[in-house]
Amino acid sequence: MTAQTVPGTEATALPAVHRSRRATVLGLTGTAAVLLAMAALPYLVDSGVTGQLVKLCYLVALASMWNLLTGYAGMMSMGQQAFIGLGAYLLFVVNDHGVNVYAGTLVVSALVALLAWPLSYLAFRLRGGYFAVGTWVIAEVVRLIVVRFDSLGAASGRSLSDVTADPVLRRAFTYWLALAVMAAAVLGTYAMLRSRLGLGLQAIRDDDTAAGSLGVDVTRGKRTVYIAAAAGCAAAGAVICVNSLGVASPTQIFGVQYSALMVFMVIIGGIGTVEGPVIGALAYFLLDKYFAQSGVWYLVVVGAVAIAVSLYLPRGLWGTFAQRTGWAVFPVRHTVGR
Amino acid sequence: MTAPLLRVEHLAVSFGELRVLEDVDLAVPKGQAVGIVGPNGAGKSTLLSAVSGVERASAGTVRLAGRDVTRVSAAERCRLGIGRSFQIPRPFVDLTVFENALVGAERGAGLRGGHARELALRSLEVTGLLPLANKSAGALPLLARKRLELARALATAPEVLLLDEIAGGLTEGEAEELVATVLSLKESGLTILWIEHVVKALVQVVDRLVCLASGRIRADGDPHEVLAGAEVAEVYLGGAAA
Ligand SMILES: Nc1ncnc2c1ncn2[C@@H]1O[C@H](COP(=O)(O)OP(=O)(O)O)[C@@H](O)[C@H]1O
Ligand SMILES: [Mg+2]
Repeated sequence: MTAQTVPGTEATALPAVHRSRRATVLGLTGTAAVLLAMAALPYLVDSGVTGQLVKLCYLVALASMWNLLTGYAGMMSMGQQAFIGLGAYLLFVVNDHGVNVYAGTLVVSALVALLAWPLSYLAFRLRGGYFAVGTWVIAEVVRLIVVRFDSLGAASGRSLSDVTADPVLRRAFTYWLALAVMAAAVLGTYAMLRSRLGLGLQAIRDDDTAAGSLGVDVTRGKRTVYIAAAAGCAAAGAVICVNSLGVASPTQIFGVQYSALMVFMVIIGGIGTVEGPVIGALAYFLLDKYFAQSGVWYLVVVGAVAIAVSLYLPRGLWGTFAQRTGWAVFPVRHTVGR
Repeated sequence: MTAPLLRVEHLAVSFGELRVLEDVDLAVPKGQAVGIVGPNGAGKSTLLSAVSGVERASAGTVRLAGRDVTRVSAAERCRLGIGRSFQIPRPFVDLTVFENALVGAERGAGLRGGHARELALRSLEVTGLLPLANKSAGALPLLARKRLELARALATAPEVLLLDEIAGGLTEGEAEELVATVLSLKESGLTILWIEHVVKALVQVVDRLVCLASGRIRADGDPHEVLAGAEVAEVYLGGAAA
């Protein structure tokens, strides 16, 4: 059979469909330039600067993953710390088996993806608010299981056994690892959204009943995203572990504050856009850098920013900007005609 | 005789304690257009939902081309050839009108690339939505949303098309256009189940009329005979009196 046609239509010429090729090329070129410039930084600036940027990189990765889950697949998770913690702790395991921490980060995210698959069957029994609470509970359970292993430092955390000895090289390698994880999270999200799966995900986000009735496999789409987001958070967790040469305490790495942080960054930046989490992470990074020393005032400023943005810019910083200007660094829209 | 394309047997649907459909039997041969009428709350929309897989049957079976699809997901039923519209439109509000249709063409019809885009565009063309293709679906007024329901369902390349009150609120001229569109769909071989209160539009298209009330089929047959029959009069007068 040839192409399907709708009955009742004459063979009139149809308008062309574009996907803003020029904007796509421009956006990807710009992104590549930024990434290359960032990759060159260890040769140009003090390791104190790249050390701070490691944090920005994993924040962007975390925010992108939460945006993928909630902004695109409509799953409001408060339990991504399960995978952050697992990423960090599994890195001890693979590192103890002689895998270096950089390759280990890749191994660890693959392992966590495998673990997330059966976990999704548990989590998907819950909807809406129950899903949020349920994922949080799962994270607590994972933490309680992990601290039963003495080899993993039990309740007191532990340090990595095998790291790059030279401190200058180690800092550069850590930074490049963080940069790679960030690039993979953002560009991976973008690639997913441009694919067939991406259109289905956006349909699921807007109305999952209607999506199902139009042939979108809702559960399969959500599961794919859940697993991808778990792998991404595990990679970020491994970066956090490498950056501090270990885990100070399981309560911290499995802490719900990571989820609160992800919510903050994504809401500030703009949920449901690829760019939003990047902007939100940058905003939080700057707030943290300049106000973290101010004690209580720090929390007041962070809270005030969150309230102001949700009141006046419900689409977030990037969402509002994009809506007013029609700009996109990572365009996904289809345009008919012209 | 070949088996009917769509066959519903002893179908029942309940919402908790509430029995909304009971013992519904309906066999629709390929190419037939069936109209469904009945008072509000009769269970008409629920019947479409049970056929399309949005609601689960609590008893009975739904068969498509002889295959039992009662336990099959809505998405799979769509891919097997059941396309539907929703009475209260459910557009993907942050996608464009074109992208709404593209979801159906890619996922429901299983097409890729240019083929999917072409089918999506054709379905917008038939429903007169092509000029609005780049509009955000969330910004559409109600009537355009209803047309988008039809367009999306067509974009899934269905064999059975389920329509739920798509003519309400149309002007005389618009209703005539809609009738012409649905007629041409029927002539091309589509099997149609159409719920409609605008009986005047309905009878111009359908070969057969089913009257549903309180979850049961009260009359089923030639449209004019059903409309003239005692059951319909009773059902509607009963409905008006309630
Ligand atoms: N999801 C639901 N949950 C509970 N009750 C429902 C649901 N959907 C429909 N109903 C009830 O089922 C009955 C039939 O509804 P419906 O099929 O929409 O009727 P119709 O389309 O004929 O107007 C109504 O009493 C309605 O309130
Ligand atoms: Mg109804």
